[in-house]
Amino acid sequence: MVLPALVYLAVFFVVPFFSLARTSLSTTGGSVFMPTLQFAWDFSNFTDAFVLYKDQIFRSFWYALAATILCVLLAFPLAYVIAFKAGRYKNLLLGLVILPFFVTFLIRTIAWKTILADEGWVVSALGAVGLLPDEGRLLSTSWAVIGGLTYNWIIFMILPLYVSLEKIDPRLIEASKDLYSSAGRSFGKVILPLSMPGVLAGSMLVFIPAIGDFINADYLGSTQTTMIGNVIQKQFLVVKDYPAAAALSLGLMLLILVGVLLYTRALGTEDLV
Amino acid sequence: MTTQAGAAIATAAQEPPSAKPVKARRNWGDVLLRVVAGLVLLYLFLPIFVIILFSFNRPAGKFNYSWQGFTLNNWAHPFKYPPLTEALKLSLNVAAVSTAIALVLGTLVAIALVRQRWRGQGAVDTFLVLPLTAPEVVMGAALLTLFLDLGWAAGYTTILLSHIAFEVSFIAMTVRARVRGFDWTLEDASLDLGAGPARTFFKVTLPLIVPGIVAAAMLSFALSLDDFIITYFVSGSTVTYPLYVNAAVKAAVPPQINVLATAILLISLALLAVGTLYRRKRFET
Repeated sequence: MVLPALVYLAVFFVVPFFSLARTSLSTTGGSVFMPTLQFAWDFSNFTDAFVLYKDQIFRSFWYALAATILCVLLAFPLAYVIAFKAGRYKNLLLGLVILPFFVTFLIRTIAWKTILADEGWVVSALGAVGLLPDEGRLLSTSWAVIGGLTYNWIIFMILPLYVSLEKIDPRLIEASKDLYSSAGRSFGKVILPLSMPGVLAGSMLVFIPAIGDFINADYLGSTQTTMIGNVIQKQFLVVKDYPAAAALSLGLMLLILVGVLLYTRALGTEDLV
Repeated sequence: MTTQAGAAIATAAQEPPSAKPVKARRNWGDVLLRVVAGLVLLYLFLPIFVIILFSFNRPAGKFNYSWQGFTLNNWAHPFKYPPLTEALKLSLNVAAVSTAIALVLGTLVAIALVRQRWRGQGAVDTFLVLPLTAPEVVMGAALLTLFLDLGWAAGYTTILLSHIAFEVSFIAMTVRARVRGFDWTLEDASLDLGAGPARTFFKVTLPLIVPGIVAAAMLSFALSLDDFIITYFVSGSTVTYPLYVNAAVKAAVPPQINVLATAILLISLALLAVGTLYRRKRFET
Protein backbone atom coordinates (compact mmCIF):
# COMPACT_ATOMS: atom_id res chain seq x y z
CA MET A 1 0.00 0.00 0.00
CA VAL A 2 2.85 2.39 0.67
CA LEU A 3 4.63 1.48 -2.54
CA PRO A 4 2.83 3.66 -5.12
CA ALA A 5 3.32 6.84 -3.11
CA LEU A 6 6.93 6.04 -2.24
CA VAL A 7 7.75 5.29 -5.86
CA TYR A 8 6.07 8.51 -6.95
CA LEU A 9 7.97 10.56 -4.39
CA ALA A 10 11.20 8.79 -5.28
CA VAL A 11 10.77 9.76 -8.94
CA PHE A 12 9.39 13.26 -8.47
CA PHE A 13 11.05 14.31 -5.24
CA VAL A 14 14.31 12.40 -4.75
CA VAL A 15 15.41 12.11 -8.38
CA PRO A 16 14.86 15.86 -8.99
CA PHE A 17 17.35 16.53 -6.22
CA PHE A 18 19.89 14.31 -7.98
CA SER A 19 19.27 16.29 -11.15
CA LEU A 20 19.70 19.47 -9.15
CA ALA A 21 22.94 18.22 -7.61
CA ARG A 22 24.26 17.08 -10.99
CA THR A 23 23.42 20.44 -12.56
CA SER A 24 25.05 22.29 -9.69
CA LEU A 25 28.33 20.46 -10.31
CA SER A 26 28.30 20.92 -14.09
CA THR A 27 30.10 23.41 -16.24
CA THR A 28 28.62 25.27 -19.16
CA GLY A 29 30.27 24.41 -22.45
CA GLY A 30 29.43 24.82 -26.11
CA SER A 31 28.80 28.13 -27.81
CA VAL A 32 27.00 31.11 -26.31
CA PHE A 33 23.99 30.37 -28.48
CA MET A 34 23.84 26.63 -27.86
CA PRO A 35 25.16 26.15 -24.34
CA THR A 36 25.57 22.57 -23.17
CA LEU A 37 26.01 21.25 -19.65
CA GLN A 38 28.92 18.98 -18.79
CA PHE A 39 29.05 17.16 -15.49
CA ALA A 40 32.48 17.89 -13.99
CA TRP A 41 32.45 17.86 -10.16
CA ASP A 42 32.72 21.59 -10.48
CA PHE A 43 32.44 22.85 -6.91
CA SER A 44 33.34 26.37 -7.97
CA ASN A 45 29.66 26.90 -8.76
CA PHE A 46 28.99 26.80 -5.03
CA THR A 47 31.82 29.10 -3.98
CA ASP A 48 31.15 31.51 -6.86
CA ALA A 49 27.44 31.64 -6.09
CA PHE A 50 28.07 32.25 -2.42
CA VAL A 51 30.62 35.00 -3.00
CA LEU A 52 28.47 36.67 -5.64
CA TYR A 53 25.18 36.51 -3.76
CA LYS A 54 26.17 36.58 -0.10
CA ASP A 55 24.24 39.86 0.38
CA GLN A 56 21.03 38.22 -0.82
CA ILE A 57 21.67 35.10 1.27
CA PHE A 58 22.20 37.06 4.48
CA ARG A 59 19.31 39.39 3.66
CA SER A 60 16.97 36.41 3.16
CA PHE A 61 18.07 35.00 6.49
CA TRP A 62 17.45 38.26 8.36
CA TYR A 63 14.13 38.95 6.65
CA ALA A 64 12.87 35.43 7.37
CA LEU A 65 14.06 35.67 10.97
CA ALA A 66 12.43 39.08 11.46
CA ALA A 67 9.19 37.81 9.93
CA THR A 68 9.25 34.73 12.18
CA ILE A 69 9.71 36.86 15.31
CA LEU A 70 6.95 39.24 14.23
CA CYS A 71 4.70 36.25 13.60
CA VAL A 72 5.27 34.95 17.14
CA LEU A 73 4.57 38.38 18.65
CA LEU A 74 1.38 38.90 16.63
CA ALA A 75 0.11 35.33 16.74
CA PHE A 76 0.52 34.76 20.46
CA PRO A 77 -2.17 37.15 21.76
CA LEU A 78 -4.65 35.96 19.12
CA ALA A 79 -3.97 32.24 19.65
CA TYR A 80 -4.12 32.77 23.42
CA VAL A 81 -7.49 34.52 23.28
CA ILE A 82 -8.91 31.84 20.96
CA ALA A 83 -7.65 29.03 23.18
CA PHE A 84 -8.62 30.42 26.58
CA LYS A 85 -11.05 33.32 26.27
CA ALA A 86 -13.23 32.64 23.24
CA GLY A 87 -15.70 30.25 24.86
CA ARG A 88 -18.33 29.19 22.36
CA TYR A 89 -16.92 31.51 19.68
CA LYS A 90 -13.76 29.41 19.44
CA ASN A 91 -14.63 27.63 16.18
CA LEU A 92 -16.01 30.80 14.63
CA LEU A 93 -12.77 32.64 15.42
CA LEU A 94 -10.66 29.78 14.03
CA GLY A 95 -12.74 29.88 10.83
CA LEU A 96 -12.23 33.65 10.60
CA VAL A 97 -8.46 33.24 11.05
CA ILE A 98 -8.27 30.75 8.17
CA LEU A 99 -10.63 32.62 5.85
CA PRO A 100 -8.25 35.31 4.48
CA PHE A 101 -5.94 32.56 3.31
CA PHE A 102 -8.52 31.35 0.83
CA VAL A 103 -7.66 34.36 -1.32
CA THR A 104 -4.74 33.67 -3.64
CA PHE A 105 -1.41 34.53 -2.05
CA LEU A 106 -0.47 36.77 -4.99
CA ILE A 107 -3.68 38.80 -4.79
CA ARG A 108 -3.23 39.31 -1.04
CA THR A 109 0.26 40.65 -1.72
CA ILE A 110 -1.12 42.96 -4.43
CA ALA A 111 -3.59 44.26 -1.83
CA TRP A 112 -0.65 45.17 0.43
CA LYS A 113 0.84 47.02 -2.53
CA THR A 114 -2.35 49.09 -2.62
CA ILE A 115 -2.39 49.63 1.15
CA LEU A 116 1.25 50.69 1.38
CA ALA A 117 1.25 52.77 -1.82
CA ASP A 118 2.82 56.24 -1.71
CA GLU A 119 -0.56 57.90 -2.30
CA GLY A 120 -2.36 55.50 0.06
CA TRP A 121 -3.98 56.45 3.34
CA VAL A 122 -1.48 54.58 5.52
CA VAL A 123 1.43 56.64 4.26
CA SER A 124 -0.52 59.90 4.59
CA ALA A 125 -1.73 58.98 8.09
CA LEU A 126 1.78 58.12 9.27
CA GLY A 127 3.10 61.26 7.61
CA ALA A 128 0.42 63.40 9.33
CA VAL A 129 1.39 62.20 12.82
CA GLY A 130 5.07 62.64 12.00
CA LEU A 131 6.02 58.95 12.08
CA LEU A 132 7.11 59.07 8.50
CA PRO A 133 9.22 61.92 7.07
CA ASP A 134 7.99 63.94 4.08
CA GLU A 135 8.60 61.99 0.90
CA GLY A 136 8.91 58.94 3.15
CA ARG A 137 7.83 55.65 1.63
CA LEU A 138 6.63 52.31 2.89
CA LEU A 139 6.51 50.48 -0.41
CA SER A 140 9.92 49.38 -1.73
CA THR A 141 11.46 49.27 1.75
CA SER A 142 12.77 46.33 3.75
CA TRP A 143 9.88 46.85 6.15
CA ALA A 144 7.32 46.32 3.42
CA VAL A 145 8.97 43.03 2.42
CA ILE A 146 9.24 41.81 6.04
CA GLY A 147 5.63 42.89 6.60
CA GLY A 148 4.52 40.93 3.54
CA LEU A 149 6.40 37.82 4.64
CA THR A 150 4.87 38.12 8.10
CA TYR A 151 1.37 38.49 6.74
CA ASN A 152 1.55 35.68 4.22
CA TRP A 153 2.76 33.05 6.68
CA ILE A 154 1.35 34.14 10.03
CA ILE A 155 -1.40 31.53 9.71
CA PHE A 156 1.24 28.77 10.16
CA MET A 157 2.19 30.36 13.46
CA ILE A 158 -1.34 30.96 14.73
CA LEU A 159 -2.58 27.39 14.15
CA PRO A 160 0.24 25.33 15.77
CA LEU A 161 0.39 27.86 18.60
CA TYR A 162 -3.34 27.50 19.14
CA VAL A 163 -3.08 23.70 19.10
CA SER A 164 -0.39 23.65 21.79
CA LEU A 165 -2.10 26.31 23.94
CA GLU A 166 -5.39 24.43 23.66
CA LYS A 167 -3.69 21.29 25.02
CA ILE A 168 -2.65 23.04 28.26
CA ASP A 169 -4.68 21.84 31.21
CA PRO A 170 -6.30 24.99 32.65
CA ARG A 171 -5.99 23.44 36.10
CA LEU A 172 -2.23 23.93 35.85
CA ILE A 173 -2.77 27.66 35.42
CA GLU A 174 -5.24 27.71 38.31
CA ALA A 175 -2.80 25.74 40.45
CA SER A 176 -0.08 28.28 39.81
CA LYS A 177 -2.49 31.08 40.74
CA ASP A 178 -3.56 29.23 43.89
CA LEU A 179 0.09 28.96 44.80
CA TYR A 180 0.26 32.76 44.74
CA SER A 181 1.99 33.26 41.46
CA SER A 182 1.20 36.54 39.71
CA ALA A 183 -0.41 36.56 36.28
CA GLY A 184 2.93 37.43 34.69
CA ARG A 185 4.72 34.69 36.58
CA SER A 186 2.24 31.96 35.72
CA PHE A 187 2.51 33.06 32.08
CA GLY A 188 6.31 32.86 32.18
CA LYS A 189 6.52 29.66 34.20
CA VAL A 190 3.50 27.66 33.00
CA ILE A 191 1.95 28.88 29.75
CA LEU A 192 5.08 29.89 27.85
CA PRO A 193 7.07 26.66 28.45
CA LEU A 194 4.04 24.53 27.58
CA SER A 195 3.42 26.47 24.36
CA MET A 196 7.00 26.01 23.14
CA PRO A 197 6.21 23.04 20.82
CA GLY A 198 3.73 25.31 19.02
CA VAL A 199 6.23 28.16 18.82
CA LEU A 200 8.93 25.84 17.45
CA ALA A 201 6.66 24.13 14.90
CA GLY A 202 5.25 27.50 13.86
CA SER A 203 8.74 28.99 13.54
CA MET A 204 9.75 26.27 11.09
CA LEU A 205 6.54 26.57 9.13
CA VAL A 206 7.07 30.35 8.79
CA PHE A 207 10.84 30.48 8.40
CA ILE A 208 11.22 27.85 5.65
CA PRO A 209 8.78 29.28 3.11
CA ALA A 210 9.77 32.85 4.04
CA ILE A 211 13.49 32.34 3.39
CA GLY A 212 12.81 30.94 -0.09
CA ASP A 213 10.13 33.43 -1.12
CA PHE A 214 10.59 35.86 -3.96
CA ILE A 215 7.08 37.26 -4.45
CA ASN A 216 7.07 39.65 -1.49
CA ALA A 217 10.48 41.04 -2.40
CA ASP A 218 9.33 41.35 -6.01
CA TYR A 219 5.98 43.06 -5.37
CA LEU A 220 6.67 45.05 -2.21
CA GLY A 221 10.42 45.62 -2.36
CA SER A 222 12.98 47.27 -4.61
CA THR A 223 16.31 46.26 -6.14
CA GLN A 224 17.77 46.89 -2.68
CA THR A 225 15.63 44.17 -1.08
CA THR A 226 16.12 41.19 -3.41
CA MET A 227 16.27 37.84 -1.66
CA ILE A 228 17.89 34.53 -2.51
CA GLY A 229 14.62 33.32 -4.07
CA ASN A 230 14.70 36.22 -6.53
CA VAL A 231 18.23 35.28 -7.54
CA ILE A 232 17.40 31.58 -8.00
CA GLN A 233 14.29 32.38 -10.02
CA LYS A 234 16.14 34.88 -12.21
CA GLN A 235 19.17 32.65 -12.78
CA PHE A 236 16.94 29.72 -13.71
CA LEU A 237 14.25 31.35 -15.79
CA VAL A 238 15.77 34.56 -17.17
CA VAL A 239 19.58 34.28 -17.26
CA LYS A 240 19.42 30.46 -17.60
CA ASP A 241 22.71 29.96 -15.78
CA TYR A 242 21.55 26.57 -14.53
CA PRO A 243 24.69 25.46 -12.62
CA ALA A 244 24.83 28.62 -10.50
CA ALA A 245 21.09 28.57 -9.85
CA ALA A 246 21.18 24.88 -8.94
CA ALA A 247 24.11 25.45 -6.58
CA LEU A 248 22.20 28.23 -4.82
CA SER A 249 19.02 26.14 -4.47
CA LEU A 250 20.92 23.14 -3.19
CA GLY A 251 22.89 25.25 -0.71
CA LEU A 252 19.67 26.71 0.63
CA MET A 253 18.06 23.28 0.88
CA LEU A 254 21.05 21.73 2.68
CA LEU A 255 21.06 24.50 5.28
CA ILE A 256 17.36 24.00 5.94
CA LEU A 257 17.65 20.21 5.96
CA VAL A 258 20.29 20.25 8.69
CA GLY A 259 18.05 22.48 10.78
CA VAL A 260 14.99 20.29 10.21
CA LEU A 261 16.79 17.04 11.05
CA LEU A 262 18.08 18.51 14.30
CA TYR A 263 14.58 19.69 15.03
CA THR A 264 12.72 16.45 14.24
CA ARG A 265 15.33 14.50 16.22
CA ALA A 266 14.41 16.64 19.20
CA LEU A 267 10.63 16.66 18.84
CA GLY A 268 9.47 13.88 16.48
CA THR A 269 7.37 14.39 13.37
CA GLU A 270 4.02 14.01 15.06
CA ASP A 271 4.20 17.55 16.43
CA LEU A 272 5.22 18.95 13.08
CA VAL A 273 1.99 18.46 11.22
CA MET B 1 -1.36 29.02 0.61
CA THR B 2 1.75 26.92 0.52
CA THR B 3 2.30 23.27 1.24
CA GLN B 4 3.12 23.91 4.87
CA ALA B 5 -0.08 25.90 5.33
CA GLY B 6 -2.33 22.99 4.61
CA ALA B 7 -0.56 20.81 7.13
CA ALA B 8 -1.00 23.41 9.83
CA ILE B 9 -4.67 23.88 8.98
CA ALA B 10 -5.18 20.14 9.02
CA THR B 11 -3.73 19.92 12.53
CA ALA B 12 -5.94 22.65 13.86
CA ALA B 13 -9.00 21.18 12.18
CA GLN B 14 -8.62 17.80 13.86
CA GLU B 15 -9.06 19.25 17.34
CA PRO B 16 -12.62 18.52 18.45
CA PRO B 17 -14.49 21.52 19.78
CA SER B 18 -14.27 21.68 23.53
CA ALA B 19 -14.90 24.47 25.99
CA LYS B 20 -12.45 24.50 28.85
CA PRO B 21 -13.74 26.68 31.65
CA VAL B 22 -11.11 29.13 32.76
CA LYS B 23 -12.00 31.35 35.68
CA ALA B 24 -13.00 34.68 34.19
CA ARG B 25 -11.26 37.50 35.98
CA ARG B 26 -11.84 40.96 34.60
CA ASN B 27 -8.74 43.03 34.77
CA TRP B 28 -6.99 45.52 32.56
CA GLY B 29 -4.48 42.99 31.34
CA ASP B 30 -7.32 40.84 30.12
CA VAL B 31 -8.99 43.71 28.30
CA LEU B 32 -5.70 44.75 26.72
CA LEU B 33 -5.10 41.16 25.57
CA ARG B 34 -8.50 41.03 23.88
CA VAL B 35 -7.95 44.40 22.20
CA VAL B 36 -4.58 43.29 20.84
CA ALA B 37 -6.06 40.00 19.59
CA GLY B 38 -8.85 41.96 17.91
CA LEU B 39 -6.32 44.22 16.21
CA VAL B 40 -4.36 41.22 14.93
CA LEU B 41 -7.58 39.75 13.51
CA LEU B 42 -8.26 43.11 11.86
CA TYR B 43 -4.74 43.03 10.38
CA LEU B 44 -5.49 39.60 8.89
CA PHE B 45 -8.61 40.97 7.21
CA LEU B 46 -7.28 44.36 6.07
CA PRO B 47 -6.06 43.16 2.64
CA ILE B 48 -9.27 41.15 2.21
CA PHE B 49 -11.38 44.30 2.72
CA VAL B 50 -9.18 46.08 0.18
CA ILE B 51 -9.60 43.24 -2.35
CA ILE B 52 -13.39 43.26 -1.99
CA LEU B 53 -13.59 47.07 -2.07
CA PHE B 54 -11.44 47.32 -5.20
CA SER B 55 -13.60 44.76 -7.01
CA PHE B 56 -16.11 47.66 -7.16
CA ASN B 57 -13.51 50.17 -8.34
CA ARG B 58 -13.58 51.97 -11.67
CA PRO B 59 -9.83 52.16 -12.37
CA ALA B 60 -8.63 55.06 -14.49
CA GLY B 61 -5.55 53.41 -15.97
CA LYS B 62 -4.30 49.89 -16.41
CA PHE B 63 -3.73 49.29 -12.71
CA ASN B 64 -6.36 48.81 -10.05
CA TYR B 65 -4.29 50.31 -7.23
CA SER B 66 -6.00 53.58 -6.33
CA TRP B 67 -9.67 54.27 -5.66
CA GLN B 68 -11.44 56.08 -8.52
CA GLY B 69 -15.15 55.50 -8.06
CA PHE B 70 -17.84 52.93 -7.40
CA THR B 71 -19.15 50.67 -10.16
CA LEU B 72 -20.95 47.36 -10.46
CA ASN B 73 -19.60 46.91 -13.96
CA ASN B 74 -16.82 44.48 -12.99
CA TRP B 75 -19.27 42.19 -11.25
CA ALA B 76 -21.62 42.36 -14.23
CA HIS B 77 -18.82 41.19 -16.53
CA PRO B 78 -16.63 38.86 -14.45
CA PHE B 79 -15.46 36.91 -17.50
CA LYS B 80 -14.62 39.94 -19.62
CA TYR B 81 -11.00 38.86 -20.12
CA PRO B 82 -10.87 35.44 -21.83
CA PRO B 83 -7.19 34.78 -20.90
CA LEU B 84 -8.05 35.24 -17.20
CA THR B 85 -11.03 32.90 -17.51
CA GLU B 86 -8.97 30.34 -19.42
CA ALA B 87 -6.21 30.50 -16.79
CA LEU B 88 -8.73 29.96 -14.01
CA LYS B 89 -10.29 27.02 -15.88
CA LEU B 90 -6.85 25.44 -16.36
CA SER B 91 -6.06 25.87 -12.66
CA LEU B 92 -9.34 24.24 -11.65
CA ASN B 93 -8.58 21.38 -14.04
CA VAL B 94 -5.04 20.89 -12.66
CA ALA B 95 -6.31 21.10 -9.08
CA ALA B 96 -9.02 18.49 -9.68
CA VAL B 97 -6.92 15.98 -11.63
CA SER B 98 -3.81 16.26 -9.42
CA THR B 99 -5.87 16.02 -6.24
CA ALA B 100 -7.66 12.89 -7.50
CA ILE B 101 -4.37 11.10 -8.21
CA ALA B 102 -2.57 12.32 -5.08
CA LEU B 103 -5.58 11.32 -2.99
CA VAL B 104 -5.24 7.67 -3.99
CA LEU B 105 -1.47 7.59 -3.33
CA GLY B 106 -1.62 9.60 -0.11
CA THR B 107 -4.60 7.81 1.44
CA LEU B 108 -3.06 4.37 0.91
CA VAL B 109 0.13 5.42 2.71
CA ALA B 110 -1.80 7.07 5.53
CA ILE B 111 -3.90 3.95 6.16
CA ALA B 112 -0.83 1.72 6.09
CA LEU B 113 0.91 4.02 8.57
CA VAL B 114 -1.97 4.10 11.00
CA ARG B 115 -3.21 0.51 10.88
CA GLN B 116 -0.18 -1.68 11.13
CA ARG B 117 3.14 -1.56 12.87
CA TRP B 118 5.89 -2.53 10.49
CA ARG B 119 9.62 -2.16 10.13
CA GLY B 120 10.86 1.03 8.51
CA GLN B 121 7.73 2.93 9.46
CA GLY B 122 9.75 5.72 11.05
CA ALA B 123 11.83 6.10 7.91
CA VAL B 124 8.71 6.32 5.72
CA ASP B 125 7.32 8.89 8.13
CA THR B 126 10.38 11.10 7.85
CA PHE B 127 10.47 10.60 4.08
CA LEU B 128 6.88 11.82 3.81
CA VAL B 129 7.61 14.95 5.85
CA LEU B 130 10.66 15.92 3.77
CA PRO B 131 8.75 17.42 0.80
CA LEU B 132 6.94 19.66 3.26
CA THR B 133 10.28 21.03 4.47
CA ALA B 134 11.63 22.00 1.06
CA PRO B 135 11.05 25.67 0.24
CA GLU B 136 8.92 25.89 -2.88
CA VAL B 137 11.65 27.66 -4.81
CA VAL B 138 13.99 24.71 -4.23
CA MET B 139 11.34 22.13 -5.10
CA GLY B 140 10.48 24.07 -8.26
CA ALA B 141 14.15 24.31 -9.21
CA ALA B 142 14.74 20.60 -8.60
CA LEU B 143 11.73 19.58 -10.69
CA LEU B 144 12.82 21.94 -13.46
CA THR B 145 16.29 20.36 -13.62
CA LEU B 146 14.68 16.91 -13.75
CA PHE B 147 12.44 17.88 -16.66
CA LEU B 148 15.41 19.53 -18.41
CA ASP B 149 17.49 16.37 -17.94
CA LEU B 150 14.67 14.24 -19.30
CA GLY B 151 14.13 16.66 -22.14
CA TRP B 152 10.41 16.97 -21.37
CA ALA B 153 8.70 20.10 -22.61
CA ALA B 154 7.28 22.15 -19.74
CA GLY B 155 3.50 22.43 -19.86
CA TYR B 156 0.30 20.85 -18.57
CA THR B 157 1.87 17.43 -17.82
CA THR B 158 4.87 18.80 -15.93
CA ILE B 159 2.58 21.09 -13.90
CA LEU B 160 0.34 18.14 -13.07
CA LEU B 161 3.24 15.86 -12.05
CA SER B 162 4.74 18.60 -9.86
CA HIS B 163 1.45 19.35 -8.12
CA ILE B 164 0.92 15.67 -7.34
CA ALA B 165 4.45 15.56 -5.88
CA PHE B 166 3.75 18.22 -3.26
CA GLU B 167 0.17 17.08 -2.59
CA VAL B 168 0.93 13.42 -1.77
CA SER B 169 2.84 14.10 1.47
CA PHE B 170 0.38 16.65 2.54
CA ILE B 171 -2.63 14.39 1.94
CA ALA B 172 -0.92 11.47 3.70
CA MET B 173 -0.26 13.65 6.77
CA THR B 174 -3.79 15.05 6.89
CA VAL B 175 -5.53 11.69 6.47
CA ARG B 176 -3.18 10.09 8.98
CA ALA B 177 -3.94 12.78 11.57
CA ARG B 178 -7.67 12.29 11.04
CA VAL B 179 -7.84 8.47 11.09
CA ARG B 180 -5.43 7.95 13.95
CA GLY B 181 -7.20 6.47 16.96
CA PHE B 182 -9.97 4.74 15.04
CA ASP B 183 -10.98 1.30 16.21
CA TRP B 184 -9.73 -0.93 13.39
CA THR B 185 -10.98 -4.09 15.15
CA LEU B 186 -14.35 -3.12 13.64
CA GLU B 187 -13.00 -4.53 10.37
CA ASP B 188 -12.19 -7.86 12.06
CA ALA B 189 -15.66 -7.88 13.56
CA SER B 190 -17.19 -7.36 10.13
CA LEU B 191 -15.08 -10.17 8.63
CA ASP B 192 -15.94 -12.46 11.57
CA LEU B 193 -19.62 -11.79 10.96
CA GLY B 194 -19.31 -13.14 7.45
CA ALA B 195 -18.91 -10.00 5.33
CA GLY B 196 -16.41 -10.38 2.49
CA PRO B 197 -13.33 -8.15 2.20
CA ALA B 198 -14.98 -5.94 -0.44
CA ARG B 199 -18.14 -5.54 1.60
CA THR B 200 -16.08 -4.78 4.72
CA PHE B 201 -14.12 -2.12 2.86
CA PHE B 202 -17.21 -0.34 1.51
CA LYS B 203 -19.42 -0.71 4.58
CA VAL B 204 -16.89 -0.30 7.41
CA THR B 205 -13.50 1.05 6.36
CA LEU B 206 -14.62 3.67 3.86
CA PRO B 207 -17.26 5.35 6.07
CA LEU B 208 -14.63 5.61 8.83
CA ILE B 209 -12.03 7.37 6.72
CA VAL B 210 -14.20 9.45 4.38
CA PRO B 211 -14.30 12.63 6.53
CA GLY B 212 -10.49 12.68 6.69
CA ILE B 213 -10.23 12.11 2.95
CA VAL B 214 -12.71 14.89 2.18
CA ALA B 215 -10.79 17.35 4.37
CA ALA B 216 -7.50 16.37 2.73
CA ALA B 217 -8.99 16.65 -0.75
CA MET B 218 -10.38 20.14 -0.12
CA LEU B 219 -7.10 21.43 1.25
CA SER B 220 -5.08 19.78 -1.51
CA PHE B 221 -7.37 21.36 -4.10
CA ALA B 222 -6.87 24.76 -2.47
CA LEU B 223 -3.08 24.32 -2.37
CA SER B 224 -2.96 23.38 -6.03
CA LEU B 225 -5.20 26.26 -7.08
CA ASP B 226 -3.02 28.70 -5.16
CA ASP B 227 0.41 27.38 -6.05
CA PHE B 228 2.54 29.92 -7.81
CA ILE B 229 6.22 29.30 -7.13
CA ILE B 230 6.56 25.61 -8.13
CA THR B 231 4.22 26.09 -11.09
CA TYR B 232 6.24 29.11 -12.24
CA PHE B 233 9.32 26.92 -12.63
CA VAL B 234 7.70 24.03 -14.51
CA SER B 235 4.98 25.72 -16.58
CA GLY B 236 6.82 26.73 -19.74
CA SER B 237 4.36 28.94 -21.62
CA THR B 238 1.25 27.45 -19.99
CA VAL B 239 -0.62 30.00 -17.89
CA THR B 240 -2.45 29.04 -14.70
CA TYR B 241 -4.54 31.44 -12.63
CA PRO B 242 -1.72 32.54 -10.27
CA LEU B 243 0.63 32.87 -13.24
CA TYR B 244 -1.91 35.11 -14.99
CA VAL B 245 -2.12 37.27 -11.88
CA ASN B 246 1.66 37.54 -11.71
CA ALA B 247 1.88 38.56 -15.37
CA ALA B 248 -0.89 41.10 -14.73
CA VAL B 249 1.11 42.78 -11.96
CA LYS B 250 3.79 43.56 -14.54
CA ALA B 251 1.41 44.72 -17.30
CA ALA B 252 -2.16 45.57 -16.29
CA VAL B 253 -4.34 44.56 -13.35
CA PRO B 254 -8.02 44.41 -14.32
CA PRO B 255 -10.56 44.62 -11.45
CA GLN B 256 -11.98 41.29 -12.65
CA ILE B 257 -9.06 39.69 -10.75
CA ASN B 258 -10.59 41.08 -7.55
CA VAL B 259 -14.08 39.98 -8.60
CA LEU B 260 -12.97 36.38 -9.15
CA ALA B 261 -10.88 36.37 -5.93
CA THR B 262 -13.90 37.60 -3.98
CA ALA B 263 -16.10 34.99 -5.64
CA ILE B 264 -13.64 32.20 -4.71
CA LEU B 265 -13.59 33.54 -1.13
CA LEU B 266 -17.40 33.47 -0.96
CA ILE B 267 -17.53 29.91 -2.33
CA SER B 268 -14.91 28.83 0.26
CA LEU B 269 -16.94 30.53 2.97
CA ALA B 270 -20.06 28.65 1.87
CA LEU B 271 -18.18 25.32 1.86
CA LEU B 272 -16.77 26.09 5.32
CA ALA B 273 -20.26 26.86 6.62
CA VAL B 274 -21.74 23.69 5.10
CA GLY B 275 -18.89 21.64 6.58
CA THR B 276 -19.41 23.14 10.04
CA LEU B 277 -23.17 22.53 9.96
CA TYR B 278 -22.61 18.95 8.76
CA ARG B 279 -20.14 18.28 11.57
CA ARG B 280 -22.43 19.85 14.17
CA LYS B 281 -25.31 17.68 12.99
CA ARG B 282 -23.15 14.58 13.23
CA PHE B 283 -22.04 15.42 16.78
CA GLU B 284 -25.59 16.05 17.91
CA THR B 285 -27.11 12.83 16.62
